[in-house]
Amino acid sequence: MSAISLRWRRSLLPWWFMAPALIWLIVFFAVPLFNQLNVSLMSGNADAGYHSTWAFHTYWDAIRTYHVQFLRSLEYAAIATVIDLIIAFPLAYFLAFRAGRWRNFLLLLVIMPFFVSYVLRTVAWQLILNDNGWVADRLRDIGLVSQHGRLLATSTAVITGIAYNFLPFMVLPLYVSLERMDRRLLEAATDLYASRVTAFRKVTVPLAIPGIFAGSLLCFIPACGDYVNAALLGTSRQYMIGNVVQSKYLDVLDYPTAAALSFILMLLILVGIALYGRVLGSRNLMEAAA
Amino acid sequence: MAVSEPTAPDAVASAAASEADVRLDGVTKRFGEMLAVDDLTLSIQRGHFYALLGPSGCGKTTTLRMIGGFEDPTGGRVYLGGEDVTDRPSHRRDVNTVFQSYALFPHLSVERNVAFGLERRKIGRAEVRRRVGEMLELVQLGPLAKRKPAQLSGGQQQRVALARALVNRPRALLLDEPLGALDLRLRRQLQIELKRIQQEVGITFVHVTHDQEEAMTMADTIVVMNRGRVEQAGTAEQLYELPRTAFVASFLGQSNLIDARVGAADGARTPVETHDGARLQVPSDRVGALAGEQASVGVRPEKMSLLTPEGIAPDGANVLRGRVVVASFLGVSVQYLVTTAGGEELTVIAQNEAGCAPDAFAVGREVQLCWDPRHTFVVARGADE
Repeated sequence: MSAISLRWRRSLLPWWFMAPALIWLIVFFAVPLFNQLNVSLMSGNADAGYHSTWAFHTYWDAIRTYHVQFLRSLEYAAIATVIDLIIAFPLAYFLAFRAGRWRNFLLLLVIMPFFVSYVLRTVAWQLILNDNGWVADRLRDIGLVSQHGRLLATSTAVITGIAYNFLPFMVLPLYVSLERMDRRLLEAATDLYASRVTAFRKVTVPLAIPGIFAGSLLCFIPACGDYVNAALLGTSRQYMIGNVVQSKYLDVLDYPTAAALSFILMLLILVGIALYGRVLGSRNLMEAAA
Repeated sequence: MAVSEPTAPDAVASAAASEADVRLDGVTKRFGEMLAVDDLTLSIQRGHFYALLGPSGCGKTTTLRMIGGFEDPTGGRVYLGGEDVTDRPSHRRDVNTVFQSYALFPHLSVERNVAFGLERRKIGRAEVRRRVGEMLELVQLGPLAKRKPAQLSGGQQQRVALARALVNRPRALLLDEPLGALDLRLRRQLQIELKRIQQEVGITFVHVTHDQEEAMTMADTIVVMNRGRVEQAGTAEQLYELPRTAFVASFLGQSNLIDARVGAADGARTPVETHDGARLQVPSDRVGALAGEQASVGVRPEKMSLLTPEGIAPDGANVLRGRVVVASFLGVSVQYLVTTAGGEELTVIAQNEAGCAPDAFAVGREVQLCWDPRHTFVVARGADE
């Protein structure tokens, strides 16, 4: 009897360790999620109040009305993620392999922007991209922006803002995956007739895939739902789905549509991640991470 | 028709027997202030198994890495098959390395690891597959071809590393303490296996190790290194029976060394007087340049035998007197520690013939140590010991 109860208690032990996180997830994620699912199926209006029906048409109306903003969100987020990957890979590579005793200081610089509020950082870009600013002037000089063209209030500005704001989320996972790579693997590769370029392609990049995957998700997912960059650096023509959700919730008080939009975005992102994982080879991913 | 086949072993052996596969000419390597390899000249013959043996920090690994192209020598030249490759990067050198930690690619299967070098050299896919298959058979890993390195034991990983290097049929295979991470039994087993494989493929092996037994088990030629220099190179037998330096005498096996002055040669024998006045004999052809010099006279522990103080030593034998300090019964042998009149503690290993440690040589007993002068050697007085 006592042996059984001991084993029973042992098997319970992991659950005790997980309990705080589980409770957190249930209270702050699962319950609100179901609540919002319920809200998304309500009908009514802001004055009379909303009540539960099975109003699936909200979803179809939302897609019909806002598919432009959906596609724009995915597009901006994807472009910003690719830009971040291109900037972050050499940076993370340098940090992991070449920075030497400067490494920790440089890592600190990478996360330094987090010491300033998100909105404030984005407002700073309003100044940088200002119509009369140095950057816009120079770009007009070299003809990348037309004489009366603007930099601010364009999709370029919004994408630039998103890429800037999420860059650290790409750098850090990439750095981690490169840093823990055994340098001797590169020696082994050159020993086996691989030039430095081939060694990079055949060894460094495959071993960085978990970092590429993690970094891309950390950039892409929040970028899809972002509304701050579009609000501060763009106009209504650059609005993303986050801006629509925000206005539905806070201005129009159309809770069902706002909730439905959120669920559609969630679904789109999940499908996107699944495809992306398939492309990178999820099996490789798991094994490389193990 | 055997002559037209380029890989016929006889043809290769006879054509190149005289040619050095790897040659280092006055190679020096500094890391900042530290002199790792000091004006090293070494010629490694085709098809032989070389061991670079020495304590950690003696420069043996640095030497190997300069052959592989992972370190640039500060001075001197490196030749592979007569060609100066000093300035050539490692991926363009016809040698392959088995790394100490194996450095297997974790994201590739065993098979793809082994194929890595062949794929870089644009060899046809069918040919790659055939050679990888053959090589995996040779190291007995055929059934594990699809596994990832993380799913293999240490010994299996070691064999993958060996196969990955050997499959390229390099001019020379460089092994950087490849057995260091394995437990003793496995190490013994793999030593024999490495030797077997080397004989089978006939490729020059340059093996770095700090384990003298490993070097003696496998190598045709042992190069003993110390402080960035070659102390002595030769077969295990040569190094053991006739060490040329105090370092070799004590690093390779045990030696009893006594400070002495070498006299002038008297025919086949040269007299040597120890610091406390005992007179010993050394074969004159073993004295070399040390005639008339202050030196150390040495003898291996198993060459000595013990006699009671009254015992009569064989005619012409070298004899020292002393007192037994420790007698250890080791089964196969009995090991004695004997303090001589001059104060040295000498080790004597005697065959266990009596079935016990004989009472006549118990601790505290006065004894005579005697041995055949043929087994005596002299070395320059070691700064190390």
